[in-house]
Order: sequence, then C-alpha cells, then structure tokens
Amino acid sequence: MTQINVRVDGASYQDDVEPRTLLVHYLREQLGKVGTVVGCDTSNCGACTVHLDGNAVKSCTVLAVQADGCQVTTIEGVATGEGPTATLHPVQRAFHEMHGLQCGFCTPGMIMASIDLLKENPDPSDEEVREGIEGNLCRCTGYQNIVRAVRQAAAEMSGQAADDPEASPAVVDTAAAEHVAVQA
Amino acid sequence: MIPAPFAYARPTTVDEALQAIADGGEDVKVLAGGQSLIPVMRLRLAAPETVVDLTRVEGLRGVREEGDQLVVGAMTTHADVLADPLLARYGQLVVQATETVADRQVRRRGTFGGALAHADPAGDLPAVALALDAEFVVVGPGGRRTVAAADFFVDYLTTALEEGELLVEIRLPKLGEDWGVRYEKFNRVAQAWSIVAVAAAVRREGGRIAEARIGLTNMGPTPLRARATEAALVGVDVSMETVTAAAAQAAEGTSPSNDLNAQADYRQHLAQVLTRRAVAAAAGL
Repeated sequence: MTQINVRVDGASYQDDVEPRTLLVHYLREQLGKVGTVVGCDTSNCGACTVHLDGNAVKSCTVLAVQADGCQVTTIEGVATGEGPTATLHPVQRAFHEMHGLQCGFCTPGMIMASIDLLKENPDPSDEEVREGIEGNLCRCTGYQNIVRAVRQAAAEMSGQAADDPEASPAVVDTAAAEHVAVQA
Repeated sequence: MIPAPFAYARPTTVDEALQAIADGGEDVKVLAGGQSLIPVMRLRLAAPETVVDLTRVEGLRGVREEGDQLVVGAMTTHADVLADPLLARYGQLVVQATETVADRQVRRRGTFGGALAHADPAGDLPAVALALDAEFVVVGPGGRRTVAAADFFVDYLTTALEEGELLVEIRLPKLGEDWGVRYEKFNRVAQAWSIVAVAAAVRREGGRIAEARIGLTNMGPTPLRARATEAALVGVDVSMETVTAAAAQAAEGTSPSNDLNAQADYRQHLAQVLTRRAVAAAAGL
C-alpha cells in the first residue's frame, strides 16, 4: 500500500491505496464519488473523465498513486453550493436545458470534457465541439443536442463575462437595484 | 479490469529513475504518460513486476532550442507540444501529427517520448521522427548515447533501447520558412489509430523541390521512409503531375499488415494517395 494525499472536489483526503488501483476506482469505491462512472474499461468512452490539476483526463487511465499531491475535480464538484440550493455549472445547466442527454451515462464525462474544451476555446464552432469532445462516446448517439448544449454553455459563459459590473452602464444597475429592494 | 499487482517507484531525478529500473527485478516497465501502458496492463497483456513512473522526474519536460535543433524532453505531453511556441514555429509537422493523436484527455497525459519508445507502427509520431531524422538521446548504466531515428525503430513495438536504458530527449531539426509540411492521416472514426498516415516535409527552391522527406505510418512493423518517392521528387518542377508520378512509388519496399481495418494491398493504395496529398499540400499546391 502507498499513502496518497489528494484534494477531491475541495476536500482533502489521506488514504492508503494499492499502486494498481485506478483513479476512477479510488474515487468511486474509497471516496464514494459515484458520479464518475466507468463506461468501457478500454480508455475509449471518456465517461470517467475528471479534471486532474485542472486538465481533463480519463480516470480509468491514471493510477490513483499518480494523483498524490494533486487536485481532482469530479462532476460532483463543479456546481456551486450543495443540495437543492446548489447552482449548476453553466455546462451542466446547458446539458439540462438543451436535453444534451438521453440515458445520461456519458453525461458526467461529456460535461467534464466540455468544461476543459471551453477553457481552451471559449467560443467553439459545431465542428470544434465535435472534435474537442471526440474522446467521449454517447451510445445513445445523442450528439446533436450535446453539441447544442456545449455551444449554449459557451454563449452563457461569455455572456457572464460581459455582465462584469465594470462593463455595464452603472445607471441601469442603480435603477434595477432600487426596484428589487422594494419588492423584497 | 484492474492491473495485476506491481511494485511502484516514483523517482524525481534521472539517476534515481535508472536506479529504480536497475533495482526493479526481471520485468520493469517505464511509465511515461501511461496512455498505452495502463490500458495494456488493465487487459493483463502486460503484468510487470515493477512500474517506474517518470511523471515527477525533473527536467524531462519542455522544449528548448539548441543551435539549429529543437530539443524535446521525453516527458513533454502531447498537450504541451500543441501549446509550445518553438514547435509552432519550427516543428509544424510534429504539431500536425500530434493534433491527430487519440483525443483531448489522452493528449493531456500521453507524452512525446512515451509514444516514440512504445513504437507502435500505427502511432503517429514515429513516422514524423523518422522523416525528420530525429536523434534519440538515451541514458543508461553505460552512460549517455545518441541513436539516429533510422536505427531507433527496430521492429514491432521494439526499439534500440537496451535493458535499463531510458529515452530522455529527442532532437529535431528546426524547419525554416523554406519548408512546407503536412501530416495526412486516414482512419475511420474519432480517436482511432491510423490505418495509414503519411508525414511529408518538402523544401522548395523557387518552382522546384530541393528536398523531400516522407515518413509512412503503419506500412510495416516499423515506421518507414518512402525513399523512392523522395528521390523522384528532388529537382522536379512543382506540379500535380510530378507529385502524382512520384507518389505512385510511395508503397515500394513496404510490408503492411492485413487486419480488420484494411488489407495490405489497400494500405499500399492508401500510401500512394495520402503521399500525393501530403506532398502536394507541403509543396504549396
């Protein structure tokens, strides 16, 4: 057994693992992070995609010992807050709104790969989305809406940047704030 | 599946890595990015006694310039390659081939040196290294040596690396603005291996081809050069006719396999077609 220290979805863990333990098995079986799924066991499907120090990786193709000293983000860690009051990540919300899933099994990996893609290319074309998430397979073949979801998320995420208070006319903000205050 | 048990070493220097390999017993595997090794271990096609993980070894990652060469650290990931400004300027053939390797997630972990040392004939980078006459810098118990690309790829999944040796860096010629390059890959579905691919680099002098370098992926147990085509291109005027005539010799001396993706004769046909396309694009046609 080898001891590892790893931060997963914002919490620190110290665990003993066998060197042969795959990161995905550590996440699911030792930490109970079952939001990350095993789809194929052959490194093809991408369903097990997580972020390792900010980069999308297939967690069935990384040893848990290799995550020692690293930050891991799973699908369970991308929303803000917890429970019914949590705010979904824009990519999660877009997959919901655009119906970017059928059975849903590929969805955690699709979302984690898409977040990685948008970090590198904030405004991808349809083709760039298709190539950017080529490492993720949807057995329902629901790719049309997955592409739409990623593009909607891209638009929303760049829209958020435009909502930056410094970029917005201050006078409008003041009027809105008064109105909201009265209602409250 | 889960790999068979193994002892795990994570050295932080090249010397420690060599020691770990020496101490690792009969069957030691070096883990670079692990994107081929871990799948093979998961299928139990490999069950090494010891795995020596190079991920934390200092100084093996990154690209630097040395005179007229680029020096690529063996642990430079494919994603690093795609983001590197020196390779963007002088190593476009490597960049184009790397863009086609597997998928985004695999390119985050997989490494340039790992892909070359694995020497899969369907891998994209060996043919590029061969076409560019790359030099492989190897360290081992006997010291440091440099192996020419033509001598590095020995057979199917077999390189000139001796037991206990480690590939530490790859030296590539800087290709200036007089060179045009193109990697043409044929496969059927996303993230699939090449059925055949062609790496071409062409140096033009005015309207003529002064020099051509062509590497073939998956046309035999090792990457190959299309020597007959290269020779036929030297000195000719750049036109589709001359390129097509030269590309017709691209399959000479090849010995591709028959498998579920393609028969050998179809691969030889592909080699000619892809060579024509790659050379035409590299020559600016």
